[in-house]
Parts: sequence; C-alpha cells; structure tokens
Amino acid sequence: MYQFEFHRPKSLAEAAALLEANEDAKALSGGQTLLPTLKQRLASPSDVVDLSAVPELKGISVSGDTVTIGAFTRHVDVAKSAEVAKAIPALSQLAAHIGDPAVRNRGTIGGSVANNDPAADYPSAVLALNATIHTNKRTIAADDFFKGLFETALDAGELIVKFTFPVPKRAGYAKFPNPASRYAMVGVFVAETASGVRVAVTGAGPGVFRAKEIEAALAGSFSAASLDGVKVPSAGMNSDMHGSAEYRAHLVTVMAKRAVAAAG
Amino acid sequence: MTAHTGIGAAVRRKEDFRFITGAGRYTDDINRPGQAHAYFLRSPHAFARIKKLDTAAAAKMPGVVAVLTGADVQADKVGGLICGWVLKGKSGEPHKAPPHPVIALDHVRHVGDQVAVVIADTLAQARDAAEAIVVEYEPLTPVIDLRRALEADAPQVHPEAPGNLCYDWEIGTPKSEVDATFAAAAHRVSLDLVNNRLVPNPMEPRAAVGEYDRGTDELVCYSTSQNPHVLRLILCAFILGIPEHKLRVIAPDVGGGFGSKIFCYAEETVCVWAARKLGRPVKWTSDRSEAFMTDAHGRDHITKAELAMDANGKFLAMRVDTIANMGAYLSTFATAVPTYLYGLLLAGQYTTPQVHCNVRAVFTNTTAVDAYRGAGRPEATYVVERLVEAAARHLKVDPAELRKRNFVPPDAFPYQTPVVVAYDSGNYANTLDEALKLADYAGFPARKAEAAARGKKRGIGFSAYIEACGLAPSAVVGSIGAGVGQWESAQIRFNATGSVFVNTGSHSHGQGHETTFAQIVSDRLGVPIDQVEVVHGDTNRVPMGMGTYGSRSLAVGGSAIMKACDKIIEKGKKIAAHLMEASVDDLEYEHGIYKVAGTDKSVPMAQVAFTAYVPFNYPPGLEPGLEESAFYDPSNFTYPSGVHIAEVEIDPDTGITTIANWTAVDDFGNVVNPMIVEGQVHGGIAQGVGQALLEGAVYDKDSGQLLTGSFMDYCMPRADDLPSFNVGMTHTPCPHNPLGVKGCGEAGAIASPAALMNAITDAIGTEIQMPATPEKVWRAIQANSSAQAA
Repeated sequence: MYQFEFHRPKSLAEAAALLEANEDAKALSGGQTLLPTLKQRLASPSDVVDLSAVPELKGISVSGDTVTIGAFTRHVDVAKSAEVAKAIPALSQLAAHIGDPAVRNRGTIGGSVANNDPAADYPSAVLALNATIHTNKRTIAADDFFKGLFETALDAGELIVKFTFPVPKRAGYAKFPNPASRYAMVGVFVAETASGVRVAVTGAGPGVFRAKEIEAALAGSFSAASLDGVKVPSAGMNSDMHGSAEYRAHLVTVMAKRAVAAAG
Repeated sequence: MTAHTGIGAAVRRKEDFRFITGAGRYTDDINRPGQAHAYFLRSPHAFARIKKLDTAAAAKMPGVVAVLTGADVQADKVGGLICGWVLKGKSGEPHKAPPHPVIALDHVRHVGDQVAVVIADTLAQARDAAEAIVVEYEPLTPVIDLRRALEADAPQVHPEAPGNLCYDWEIGTPKSEVDATFAAAAHRVSLDLVNNRLVPNPMEPRAAVGEYDRGTDELVCYSTSQNPHVLRLILCAFILGIPEHKLRVIAPDVGGGFGSKIFCYAEETVCVWAARKLGRPVKWTSDRSEAFMTDAHGRDHITKAELAMDANGKFLAMRVDTIANMGAYLSTFATAVPTYLYGLLLAGQYTTPQVHCNVRAVFTNTTAVDAYRGAGRPEATYVVERLVEAAARHLKVDPAELRKRNFVPPDAFPYQTPVVVAYDSGNYANTLDEALKLADYAGFPARKAEAAARGKKRGIGFSAYIEACGLAPSAVVGSIGAGVGQWESAQIRFNATGSVFVNTGSHSHGQGHETTFAQIVSDRLGVPIDQVEVVHGDTNRVPMGMGTYGSRSLAVGGSAIMKACDKIIEKGKKIAAHLMEASVDDLEYEHGIYKVAGTDKSVPMAQVAFTAYVPFNYPPGLEPGLEESAFYDPSNFTYPSGVHIAEVEIDPDTGITTIANWTAVDDFGNVVNPMIVEGQVHGGIAQGVGQALLEGAVYDKDSGQLLTGSFMDYCMPRADDLPSFNVGMTHTPCPHNPLGVKGCGEAGAIASPAALMNAITDAIGTEIQMPATPEKVWRAIQANSSAQAA
C-alpha cells in the first residue's frame, strides 16, 4: 500500500472534521473492502480515518417496534445479538452468513452499506425492511439511499451513524453464494412490513433493487406457492463467468421462494 | 519395541507439532543479514512487443539497489529456462523449444511475464520503483484458444514454432489398424472432452532467497522446491554456468507443491544471479496474484475420444486425439506430461487390445502448463472412465458389470498393454467388489427414489483408475527423452549412542516422510522412532537425489532406504558376530536384534552401533563406523489402481450438485502408515472434486487477461463442498520393490473427476464439461425437460 496519514478520532465530530478537512481522506470501518484495495495499490488516500474509537457509532438496541444498530457494529455482533434474533431473525441469520468468520469479525454494517457493493448482503435487508439510515447530517430512507454500483446518497465526508429497522411481521433471506467469493450471486430479502410486502434483491444487478414482480405476487398471498411461474426480467442483470443474466433472473424467483419459506 | 511405530502402524505425524504450532520454517521465514528484496514488474499484456524500456527513473528511487532487465541477464551470459524432457514427435524430430528468457527481451508472451526486476532495501521501495519504470508496449493479438492456435491464420507465439505446434506425437497401435477395427465394430461411442486448466495454489506461495559468500565464492539458494538437487543441477549446468559444488540449494519446510514446485522458475534464478551480482542476499516471495499468473498451471486438454466394442460389450479399440496446451513457454517437464504420463495410461484397467493416441501440443499466450498432482494420469483416467460409462449407457449395461467384462484378469499379470507399459500386479474385480459393498450399490435405486420424492436428482458414477508411479527405470526413461535419472538415494548414519540420521533425496512438502521413512528405519533397524531423524531438502546435507513428484517417494526413496538398511544390517552382523564370538553365518537378524541361532545369545543394534564408533573389541580389518548409502533404480513403474464411486444429488431449481456419498477403494500395495495414506486420499479427492465442480482457469479469449486471477473468481474446494469419505483398501503388493508399495499421493486427484462427472451425467442424463458449475447443470436440466416436453 501507499503511504497515508492514519487517524483514530475519539468522537463523531472529530471524525467528520478530519474527513471534511482532507478531500482525499477515506473512512475506515471494518476495512474488508478498503484494506485489500489499499494492499493492491488500487487506492491512494491521503488520510485514513479509523472509526473504531468513535463511541457514537456503536451499539444495538431494541425499543418497541424498532431495532437500532450502530454503524460500527460488526457482523458477528449482529449475528450473536439475542435482541436482534428475537426481533428480526432474518437479519440475524443474514449477518451470520456474510463471508467467513474472519470477515464477520471485522466487517461492519455501516461499512458494508456505505460501500454498497452490488453483491453485499446487508443492502438487501436495509431496503426490504425499509430501514432508515441516520447520518451525521440527516436521515435517509432506504428507498432513497442506494444509487447503483458502489453509489449511495451519502455526500463526501458524510458518515452513517446508525440504522433503524422497523420490526416486520415476518421476513426471510436466502442467497445463492458465488462459489468462489461467497458474495451473493443472488440474494433475496423478503419482508412483510406495515407498509406492505417489500422484496430486495442483491447480487443479481448492478446494485440492490426491489423486485416488483415478486412483491406483487406476494402481496396477494405471502407464500412460496404464489411465486410459481413468476418470472423476473433478466434485462440489466449482471452476467459473468459465474452466471448469466438469465440464470440470475431465474435464481431470483428460486431464492425468493426460499426466503418466503424461511420467513415462516 | 517397534510394534506400534513400525511398518503398517498409524503413527501420528512427527512433523505436525511444528506445523500446527507455527514453528515450521518456510522459505519466507528465512531472512539473511543485509538482505534486499526483489519485485518483478510483470506484463499487463498477453502478447506485446516491448518498444521501449526505461529504468533510469526507477533506479534513482529511494532504497533501490538495482533495476535489472533482460538485457542485463543477457550481458551476464545467464542462460534461459529449460525444458528437461526432449520429446520426439511422430516423424522423429524433437519438440520445438523456443527461447524462454529469465526476463523478457523484446516480447512478452503472457500476462505476468517478467519485464524487469527491482531490487531494493525494502519490498515497498521495490514496488514504488517498479511503478517508475517506463515501458512502451506494442500490443499484439494473442492466441488463447487451443483449437485457434492450430489454425493457419492464428497469431504466432514464437517464430521458432510455426503453427504454434510444439510437437505432434503418437503412441500405441498403428492408427490404420485401430481405424479398421472401428469400421467393423458392432458398437462405437464417442465423446468430446475438455480437461479444464487448473491453478495449483499450494497454501505457501513460491519464494526464494539467494545469498553469495564472497570469501568462499559459494552461493546458497533457499527455495520452495520439491526437488532441490534437480533445481541445483538446472541452475548450475544450464542457466548460471557455475559448478555444482558452489551452489547449495536448501528447500526447508515447504507448504504444499502439487507439482508446481518441481520446476526451475525465473524468480529463484534471478535471486541467485542478483545475489552474486550485487553482493547482497536477495529475497522474493510471490504474492497470491503472482502465483495465479506465474506458477505453472495444470491439465488444459481438449480431446476427442472413441471406444469400439463388439456385440457383447467387449472393448476392441480406443482412439484418442488430444490437443494439449503448453502455454507461452515450456516449463521444466511440460513436454512429458501430456505424452508419456498420459498416453501410456490409456488402456486403463481393461484388456482393450488396441489403443491409439495422438497428441498435439500447442503454444498459446497463457501461463506455462506443467505437471500438477497426477500429471497426465488424471487426464488419461478422465478419458477412459468417461468413455466406459458412456459405453455402459449406450449398451444399457450396468457400468460395474461392463467394467468387469473388460478388466485385466488377476491371472494375466504382468500384463502388457498396447501402450508400451506392462502392469505389474492388480486385482481389479476384487477392488470393484469391495467398493460396491462399501458404497451400498445395491441400495442406490431406493436412495434415488427417495431423493426424487424430495424433488432431487440423484446419480451415481464410477471411476476405475490405473496410474503409474515412480517413473522408471532410468535407462528406459532416458531413452524416451528424460533429462535426469529416476533413481533415489538414501544414507543411514548411526550416531555412537544409537540414534540415526536418515538422509533422503526425496523431499517432503506435506507427505509426511519424516514419519513414514522413520517408521521404515525403526522397523528394520529396531531404533525407537523418536531416535530417527529424517533429513531432506538440503543439497549439502543429503546425497544427490531426485526429489518428490509422481507419487515416487515411498516406492523409490523408501526402497533406497530399505537398501541402505540392508547394508547396515550386513555390516552390523560382522560386528555382532565378533561380540558374540559366533560365526556370521550363524546369526539371525530381526527388528534390531542379532541372535545366534539356537542359543539365547543376542546383541542389539544399539550395541553394534556403539561398538562401531568405539571399536576397542572389533573385528580385525573391518572399517569403524556405521553409515551406509544406497541408490535405488526401480525396474518398472508401480501401478496403483482403485475404484471410486461418487453419488450426487442435484437440486434442479439451482443446478447445485451436492456430493451425497463418496467411496474410494484403492490398491496401493503394502501400506506403511494407513493414516497418512488415508489423508493423501482425502486431499486428492478434494482436488479432483475441485476440478470437476469448482475450479477452472479462465482467460479472456480476446485479450488474454486471466479472469480468474484471485480467489474471488477462482474457486478452490472448501471443507463444506465435501462429504465424509468412505475409504477402503485392498493390497496387492508391488512385486518388484522391497517394500511392496505402489504410491498413493496422486490417486485421489486421478480418480475423482471422472467419478463425479459420471455421477452428474447419471443424474441429469446429459454429458457436460468440467467444471460442472450450477448454471451448466441447470441449463442441461432445462434443455432436457424442454426436449421431453416437445
């Protein structure tokens, strides 16, 4: 990696100030994407701002119908949280199957969502559960947050502080992992929420998206059988050596059925 | 005394304590005073002419000791890398051997080809400086595809190899006879097969440290080598032009090789050359991306294979036409792998009287291809066993029954095949029967029905493999082009107080020789196993040896140890007879004890050893000391065989294949350590499953970029891809080596791809190519169901 200045701010304000002050600064959360990128010399930030000592970004709490998760919460912590498992078991299970133990012990929900890798798991949960993203400047609805391949509504220097997830009636997640990387080749998160059925798909396209065909079918009856014969168009889906767009489109329906079955 | 540690005992591996507690010492753990670090600038193009190479700015960067290029290599009269097996083609001409420069001169020929090397105080400084090297390339159109390489208008990788043809080789029954048999045969089956290219990926990447001692004019090369003496020979005699006694090659703990560390590569050559040139130790450790681009890859064949049968399903003839990829340059043993290690195994376990095999080897703008676990034999087994299963489907005969009809019968050994080799021993039907029992073959229809009730497609597939281990004898191997002999050495050196050094020319990089070889010596000489130290991997500590590859270490290296033990026992007998005041002829020897027959007099080996070094009461005229060397050159290959049965379940919704059961029954002859053997079988199966389901090096066919350049896209098998294995063994001892052993290191990788692909074909009813990715399987199922609907 190239040389950079390393900072470990002790407060959210200090972190934000460092990022504002240096145009080429990068925030470091779990580092599961940033560190490999640095090691391969594919990025050369002037400053790296480590968020691990920022207290405002930490913690999990459940209050009434809302689960709140701090941005600097590791996947393993979400997976092992009894409160999360009770309130939104699908979210707990999703976290438990991200990457491998090494990734789950370092990677954070804020880092994953801010990075918006098109094959990451968390964006599908955030979108399907209609979560709200709280930054150091504002709140952003999930439907307004994801802007396609590695793009989000975050401004330069803006930091995610926490997520609030409304507890759904039921929810489920199923993914077809890329056999090599174990990222989601197709991951489908289904949720029956107060505002209706929401279905978010990750891995299949250039970014997480809502599958309207699946949502419509499940709105009639929230059952795997109601998805029989439902086809999702393959246009615009990813196509690579691991799976064509057509195959991915097919898998969206298959994984949606399994997610519904998992939702119970 | 040796009951629990001798031959046949499942002794825990002596070496594992240091490996699993982090005390192993690998090449990258070695750091020498004043050491500098090498970083290679590599080609981003698959094929390009170097128009300009300017290192001036890089040379001025902080910490830089030197920036060296192909011109520097040439100026120092350093030779190119060699292919050590001269292969003669059909018309008798040797293979085309284009130059293989240590660092590129005017052209780069694959992505990752060495363009320059920066040597600096730190690796980071070397990398920084490499970015300051200015290279202007004129990109050329590369040739990637095997068939395309042979087309008349294809880009030419080397001017020395017109038509990109390295050689055109054949073996076996004359083609005209085979063609005539096919024309008259009652049944014929034909398959087009792709044997996918694999990236070896040992856990430890390659590494080297070169060091020069100005006072003694001696060089040391620490290297991740499977065969340090062969590396020394190549570096000294062919590349650097230095005498062998001035280069010491040390291959310390090596974290897996799988063939990829047999070869002499550019990087260790540069470390040794630059260490002398610069007067500083030079270290290089491959990163994983470099390993993907520069470790010699494996397999990469396309084949048309045909089998002719009579009305009863007796095999009459086999016809095999293969194109094998050599990559851009010839690696050390590249030419032999798709020829003598492939064509000679095409008779399989069967009495097929006629076999013809033609192999054309081609150059492409890809990484060099060479031996990888099994080396030619997995490719041969894949051809034979997929054909046999296709034949069974064609004839509607049970695949186990069809095999039995065609097996070489147990009373036919030694059995001369139509492809040169003569099998030494085997009992193929017996092994198959064992496997059928272990796999509960009779219960398969019920399991298939039960799976179908759950919406899954279940299939079963066989692979009855034959392999040839311990390439030999040297005179024969030399006559077909090998550049080195194929014997092995051993030296047994007693210490005065009874402990023993066993210096072996074999090299252990995961095989467990430190345990297995110690068991042999403990058993033969009656020395407690913890008093036996197996020494390997250092050309200054062990006698000249050929190293470890081709499952040869126990059959050849172990036999050399047996011979050395025999010499020790013979000499010891004279000392023991003297001590007991008996005649040598009256002595009996067993497990470390000399006895006078018919008396209660005895002397243990430890006392004999002590007496040999403290010879106060000693046979007149006998040399003191107890130390013997032996060299063993086998009279034939060994021929392990076995049957693997794979049972799979396929999810038609996703195309995912799950391995439900795996049965392996192998005949490795006698077994020294059954636990280690079983471990070798497990690892081999894992690699074969990787090839069949998951792995495959993919190049962009237009640009020649390696698309599977990391573990993000290249899929290695993981524990959860594998079931628990049912491993069984039969034992038909090898009749021509003193241990009766055959070799086990590669069998799993040889047997398993065909078994798995046959099981998948059985489940879905369609022949598909490896790797059987979920999408390929899903598409085949889709195509079948729409065909049935139509």
